[in-house]
Amino acid sequence: MIDEGLKSELQKQGVYVTSLQELYNWGRANSVWPLTFGLACCAIEMMAASMARFDLARFGAEVFRPSPRQADLMIVAGTVTKKMAPLVVRLYNQMPEPKYVIAMGACAISGGPFKQGYNVLKGVDRYLPVDVSIPGCPPRPEALIHAIMTLQEKILNQKLTGPERPRHLNADVAGEYPVPAYGPHDLEPPNNPAIWQPPAIKR
Amino acid sequence: METPEQIKARIEQTLPPVKLDILPNECPAGERALLVEAGRAFDVAKFLRDDAQLRLDYCSNVTGIDWPETVVKTKVKKKMLVEGAEKEVEETIETLRSGHLEVAYHLYSMALKHGPVVLKLRTENRADQTHLPSLTPLWRGAEFQEREIFDLFGVVFDGHPDLRRILMWDEFKDFPMRKDYVAPDDLEYEPTPHDEVLDAAKKHYPAEAKPEVKAEVKA
Repeated sequence: MIDEGLKSELQKQGVYVTSLQELYNWGRANSVWPLTFGLACCAIEMMAASMARFDLARFGAEVFRPSPRQADLMIVAGTVTKKMAPLVVRLYNQMPEPKYVIAMGACAISGGPFKQGYNVLKGVDRYLPVDVSIPGCPPRPEALIHAIMTLQEKILNQKLTGPERPRHLNADVAGEYPVPAYGPHDLEPPNNPAIWQPPAIKR
Repeated sequence: METPEQIKARIEQTLPPVKLDILPNECPAGERALLVEAGRAFDVAKFLRDDAQLRLDYCSNVTGIDWPETVVKTKVKKKMLVEGAEKEVEETIETLRSGHLEVAYHLYSMALKHGPVVLKLRTENRADQTHLPSLTPLWRGAEFQEREIFDLFGVVFDGHPDLRRILMWDEFKDFPMRKDYVAPDDLEYEPTPHDEVLDAAKKHYPAEAKPEVKAEVKA
C-alpha cells in the first residue's frame, strides 16, 4: 500500500498512483444505477430526487433502469405489503451482483404508520439485506441523496480480497435469498432468520 | 326525492310479496336504509334502477359490515308494585342477537340528481350461509367493491362475473375485516409498543426482562 503523503506529493508532480481496489470501487461508487421501482408515496420523493431541482445525476445515480438485470441498487420506496414482499425479493434475486438495498422511509424500515395492518410487512430487512435506511415519512429528496452518498462511502471502503470482502466476491456465499410463499394466514416463513433476528431491546 | 317509506310502499305494491324493512339511523344525517331480504334483492335493486321516478343509475359505494353475535341490553321502564305502592322501575332486558354480515349499497341518480338511497342486504349467519345476490349485473361499478367485500368479509356474491380475492393473495384463508379476525403474531421486535401491541408484544419479551410484580404492602 502506498503512503498517503507520497501519493499526494506524486500527484502534485502529475503522477497519479492508485490501487486496483480504489479504481474499481471509485468506478462502481459513481455509477450506482437504481431500479425503477416504487411502492408508495416515497417513490414520489424518489422521482423528485432524480429530477432537475435535486438532480441525482450529480452523484451518478440518475440512470433508473426498468429491468433488474441492469440495476445495482434497489430503493425500496414505500410500504411493502405481504402480497408484494415475494415479488420484491424475486426482483432482488434477479439483480446481478454487486447489488445494494436502500430502505427508504418509515414503511420500508418497520411498516411505519401501517405497522399494525394485517397485510403490512414490518420492515423489508426481514427478507433482504438492507445497506442504508433513511428515516422519514416520506424522507425528503436531500435525505435520499444523503443515503446515496452514504452508500457510495460504503462501496469505496469495500475490500476486494480477504475475509471481509463483500458477498459478490465470495463464491461460498449464496447471492439469492429465499422467496417467501403465500400461506393461508401469513407469509411462510414470516421472516428470513438467516439475515434477520429480532434485535435485543433493553426494557 | 321520495322518503324511504314511500319507496317501500311502492316496491311492496309493484313487487309483491317482498319483505322490506326500514333501518333507523341515529347519526345526525339520519340516513335510513332499506333492508331487503336476500331472495328478492336483485328484483328490488332492478326496480330502484329502472323506476321512472327514482332512476338510481349510479352505485357510488358498496361496503360490508360485520355484526358478530352479541348480547343486546335494552332498558325498559316498567310499573311494578314496590312495598305496596306502584312505582316505575327500570329493567334491563338481555337479548341474544344472532350474528350476520351486512352489505350496504349507496345509490344515486345521475339523471335526476338525487340520492342517496341506501340498500342493505343481510346474510343468514357468519359461518356457512354467507351468500347474497350480486348486484354487479345492474351496476357495473359494484364489481371490484363486491370482490373486496368477498375478500375482507367473506360474503359470497352469487352471479358475480369474476369473484376472486382482490387485495389479499388467493391462498389466504381468513377474512381480515371481521371483528373476530386475529392477525398473525409478528411482533418480535417492538421498540415502542403501546395498547394492544404492548399486550401482544409481551409474549416475545425474554423471561428475565419481565417486570417484577411487587407484593402489595399491607396497610
